[in-house]
Amino acid sequence: MTDAPVIDGLRTRLEAALPGAARAWLDQATAEAAAHRGRPAQSTTPTWELRFAEAGRRCGQDHADAARVLLLHAADADPATLARVYGQGTAAERRAVLHALPHLVPGPEALPLVEDALRTNDTRLVAAAVGPYAARHLAPHDWRHAVLKCLFTGVPLDAVSELDRRARADAELARMLGDYAGERTAAGRTVPGDLHRVLALAAATAPSARAVSSTPVTPSTGEEQES
Amino acid sequence: MRIFDPHIHMTSRTTDDYQAMYAAGVRAVVEPAFWLGQPRTSPASFFDYFDSLLGWEPFRAAQYGIAHHCTIALNPKEANDPRCTPVLDELPRYLVKDNVVAVGEIGYDSMTPAEDAALTAQLQLAADHELPALVHTPHRDKLAGLRRTIDVVRESALPLDRVLIDHLNETTVKEAKDSGCWLGFSVYPDTKMDEDRMVAILRDHGPERVLVNSAADWGKSDPLKTRKVADAMLEGGFSEDDVDLVLWRNPVAFYGLSGRLALDVTDTDATHDGNSILRGGA
Repeated sequence: MTDAPVIDGLRTRLEAALPGAARAWLDQATAEAAAHRGRPAQSTTPTWELRFAEAGRRCGQDHADAARVLLLHAADADPATLARVYGQGTAAERRAVLHALPHLVPGPEALPLVEDALRTNDTRLVAAAVGPYAARHLAPHDWRHAVLKCLFTGVPLDAVSELDRRARADAELARMLGDYAGERTAAGRTVPGDLHRVLALAAATAPSARAVSSTPVTPSTGEEQES
Repeated sequence: MRIFDPHIHMTSRTTDDYQAMYAAGVRAVVEPAFWLGQPRTSPASFFDYFDSLLGWEPFRAAQYGIAHHCTIALNPKEANDPRCTPVLDELPRYLVKDNVVAVGEIGYDSMTPAEDAALTAQLQLAADHELPALVHTPHRDKLAGLRRTIDVVRESALPLDRVLIDHLNETTVKEAKDSGCWLGFSVYPDTKMDEDRMVAILRDHGPERVLVNSAADWGKSDPLKTRKVADAMLEGGFSEDDVDLVLWRNPVAFYGLSGRLALDVTDTDATHDGNSILRGGA
């Protein structure tokens, strides 16, 4: 599938970090997933999906995302499988599916999962939703709302992939950011520090941003996320 | 003082409760799947509820520095509704999840044949998934319910030392203890146990294998009852070590039987003021 060097690198790093028993579990689980490639859907849950569920207690919570991404890649999970695994998943499992999307789905078919994650208020899911897959495929309106959602919920904009490319000279985004800053200021609240960074990008060559940049904003502590 | 509330329905509680619980010393909770007050009419309602126990609720808890795990089951009351019993067929896909540390709450409500069937099936599921079980004892006809519960567990594949029998009181504690199960006590403002009676039971029966919970939910209840019992224990002459045994080490040992208990809350700053429990992002 796509991104083989990225996946190889992920695997090398994970194997180096895991103790022996967990590494053996990972080898076995990815082999089971690879053996399942191309098989038709079946009524019982495939073994690799059980492994996907138990990755946290086998590899430790810190390594669960990487292990789950490797399992999805080894199984060559198609969009229908990804949607099922996401839909039946815990928050941690959903996050792993979102991280796997750019490696498994070349087209926009998996966008409903990203949109679902962006409707939640779980910052772990919101942060995972604004990765490279969203950068590639999310429509402008939805992408702008995703950026605002990050600012609202306190997800650092470093989580947003290709922020520079997508935000640059986006007059509509600049307007939305300016309005948000104005609303915060009118309420006597601070403006998230990340807002200025993306506003500078969006307003770069957008004529309508001139009024926006003169909007008075209070110095941000970078900690204010209340709405 | 570190406190583990082994039975509390946080779905029904506010962020103020989480904050107060953290301030009182609560660092871990287990939320058993149970009845929501309003009866459910389809399995899909259960699935959304289970997903919430595995998604949104642990996230909320982590915002306040509290580790959240859950137990999953079809509760005894709704086991009597044929619209809900298909939930039993879907439980296996939930029982493999990392955050599920027991099957529960199972047990008896009105002691009907449907409850017999659900209890038996779910004790087998616990054995199959190498999970312990949280068994609720009925509010009505409690001693008869306890005896029938113990009989059913004895006939099951799940050993009694992997079973926590909950909502015990003065009339049921001795037989429960003699059976070899773990002993759960729910401390409520008006019903079930209170702090002083709890201390008396600990004095009479010892702190071994005893777990104390608030069972706080959508009814009149108090999520700080665990701390109040701890304070009453200290006032009643128990040592700090006894308090730690009952309110931390015993629940850790019982739910630790699952092999899935993870008590590090790593992704939150406990002193931070709940940053993303926000309306603005919705």
